[in-house]
Amino acid sequence: MAAAAFALASFGSVALAAPGPWQLNMERGASTWSPVPYHLNNISLAVCTVIGVLVFGAMFIAMFRFRKSRGAVAEKWSHNTMVEVVWTTIPVLILITLAYLATGGLTTWADTTGSQMTVKVTGYQWKWRYDYVDYMGKSIDKVGFMSKLDSQSNQTRQLGSGMDPFAVKVGDENTYLLNVDKPLVVPVDTKIRFVITSGDVIHSWWVPATGWKIDAIPGIINAAWANFTTPGTYRGQCAELCGQDHGFMPIVVVVKSKADFAAWLAGQEAKSAAPAAAPAPAAASTAAAPQATAQVVAVPAHGSKG
Amino acid sequence: MSYAATHDQHDDHHGAPKGFFQRWCMSTNHKDIGTLYLVFALTMFFIGGSFAMLIRAELFKPGLQLMEPYFFNQLTTMHALVMIFGAIMPAFVGLGNWMIPLMVGAPDMALPRMNNLSFWILPFAFILLLSTLFLPGGGPSGGWTMYPPLSLQSDSLAYVVFAIHLMGISSIMGAINIIATILNMRAPGMDLLKMPVFVWSWLITAFLLIAVMPVLAGAVTMLLTDKYFGTNFFNPGGGGDPVLYQHIFWFFGHPEVYIMILPAFGIISEIVPTFARKPIFGYKAMVFAIACIAFLSFIVWAHHMFAVGLPLGAEIFFMYATMLISVPTGVKVFNWVATMWGGSMTFETPMLFAIAFIILFTIGGFSGLMLALVPADFQYHDTYFVVAHFHYVLVTGALFAIIGAAYYWLPKWTGNMYSEFWGKVHFWNSVIWVNVLFFPQHFLGLAGMPRRIPDYNVAFANFNMISSIGGFLFGATQLIFIGVLIHCVFFSKKKATDRVWEGAKGLEWTVPSPAPHHTFEVPPVIHDDELAHGHVND
Repeated sequence: MAAAAFALASFGSVALAAPGPWQLNMERGASTWSPVPYHLNNISLAVCTVIGVLVFGAMFIAMFRFRKSRGAVAEKWSHNTMVEVVWTTIPVLILITLAYLATGGLTTWADTTGSQMTVKVTGYQWKWRYDYVDYMGKSIDKVGFMSKLDSQSNQTRQLGSGMDPFAVKVGDENTYLLNVDKPLVVPVDTKIRFVITSGDVIHSWWVPATGWKIDAIPGIINAAWANFTTPGTYRGQCAELCGQDHGFMPIVVVVKSKADFAAWLAGQEAKSAAPAAAPAPAAASTAAAPQATAQVVAVPAHGSKG
Repeated sequence: MSYAATHDQHDDHHGAPKGFFQRWCMSTNHKDIGTLYLVFALTMFFIGGSFAMLIRAELFKPGLQLMEPYFFNQLTTMHALVMIFGAIMPAFVGLGNWMIPLMVGAPDMALPRMNNLSFWILPFAFILLLSTLFLPGGGPSGGWTMYPPLSLQSDSLAYVVFAIHLMGISSIMGAINIIATILNMRAPGMDLLKMPVFVWSWLITAFLLIAVMPVLAGAVTMLLTDKYFGTNFFNPGGGGDPVLYQHIFWFFGHPEVYIMILPAFGIISEIVPTFARKPIFGYKAMVFAIACIAFLSFIVWAHHMFAVGLPLGAEIFFMYATMLISVPTGVKVFNWVATMWGGSMTFETPMLFAIAFIILFTIGGFSGLMLALVPADFQYHDTYFVVAHFHYVLVTGALFAIIGAAYYWLPKWTGNMYSEFWGKVHFWNSVIWVNVLFFPQHFLGLAGMPRRIPDYNVAFANFNMISSIGGFLFGATQLIFIGVLIHCVFFSKKKATDRVWEGAKGLEWTVPSPAPHHTFEVPPVIHDDELAHGHVND
């Protein structure tokens, strides 16, 4: 009983921020689109299970009933057109149903129009770069940073480090190889367009909570979108072999409330504007930066009221 | 009877050459070359398997214990290359070499000298490939798919490309030989639609090989010129496109996966009727299904690339085409079950492997269908779910069929019966541990573990440890197979009859056991009711 309840819990569909021990199934994710692959996974798994039970069941009945040791005598027939037509047609009907469901989900995924924010993601061996392009119709200047494996994981993962991966924790959560020095911060309830590319080899940007991954390819800019429904910290990893440290370039997305995000963004812009102001004597360009910041802060405030 | 008498007399005059070098290195005999292929494949299976053991040892628990990540990447790359090109493909060519002439009543392969050449290229190709592990810079580490730009960073690229060229030449020559044999050398009365399904499956596979091996050769040559001769096929800095490589590679790669499974379908279609003592259900449907799958294999390649950012229309086309493959594949599985239905079954080792094949390959087919659904694939892609999927179709699929075929035809090859007890010990251990090895990998993938990583978060620790334990025991179990083979070839006292299996039908069972060095120098007379598939024209 306890084991069954435990298995059920592992299979259940709580919105996971990170993988759990004994996790058996895909997570539901935390974006508006992420239930699509989750449901498709469950439906297709159920369909396959039913077909499997029927086919393997028939096979086991055959193996039991038609054994020579039970005195079975082989029959001679080797055709049955009716049966063959049936078991060709039924799979086609099942496939049409699955294809219908998948096509609908895919079409919504491919539609990146109407986004309220754009983040540029660039893969490098072996870290990610995030550049904030625009937010609520305003372009953002000079907010961008590298994001790489956190130092605790990095020390622990060295061959012969003698350190315990189970000891790498943030609070109660084990974050071994799933934590970064500087996470991507984005607002909740915002359709965010990610434009994804690479500076060297092919990587793949994957946060399971978004429901998708997409390759970061040099010379090509891919686009995808996510609209997170719940604030939280969501972890993922590079999903395309990209060299020796492919396993060591995690992705962390921190989803904040719109107000918190606006404050965070303002802080980032101020930080990038401050050092830029010092070497540049021309007043016009430096004066523009704080103004832009103020506007960006103002916009989400409108949004939350309206 | 008269055939056997003339045959024996003939063998006295020129049987197998006595000298080792003469017999094995200069052989033009399809049986000896078949044996060479099979021994080579078995050797490569253990080399590739030892890489897998090292991989599973590193993944036994979180943290790096044994090797640097760069070496881990070499192991995953080499494991795939060795198993695909060194173990599975040569094993099927070996089985084809041995059995196709016997099954169609031909005295030998159509092009015996080329047959020798196509085998003897292989050891050199693999020495070249494996030697990179001992060179400065190490072996290839960009995955067996060799995606640029990563693969262009490798120092061993030229070695790998040349090795692949050699393997490709070998495969193409082998394929030409098989097509020429099947189309020209059949005994009178052995019409195309009376051929055993195994022969049909190889005929279609051979066409696939000829169609796609040059494509692979082209793709890797473009890698070579990009790295060493200043071309920019795949270099975006020079106007090239890294995704172009993936299209070319998978145009080869998807038919390639059917090259590794169609002959397995043929083998299962021979074994099941024999031990069910009932003709194969729907012979024509079986042949047509193989042809259908082969055709479809050319228009589904981009399902390996759903995450590269294809246009919506392309994603939808490749999804539909991929899903369509499950129809003919389903027909095959249903027909095998229908063959058993109403039969009189016994469960010798070959039959056990065939039954395990049907169940476990179908599980691999199910996960394949799930992977075809693009939105779900966005989550599955490049995770352990994919690793579980292709090991179900390649290990419990292709490999189990090869092992089943080895047990099935071993008495015909050697004239001795293998130990049924140890065969069953081998089977039960294989089937249990292979599932302990690969089934938990579905869970790992679904929980979010990417493939090709040497280390992982502690959340993945439990299933990785279970998987590794299964891996070690599955690996150890294969040593039993070696024992059974050595015992059967050299020590078994139980002689095989000509027919070997009570329900065996087909020309290969009409020659003595062991099959003499030369067979069917006089074309046999075909009796339709002696053919394994029964009465085709019913």
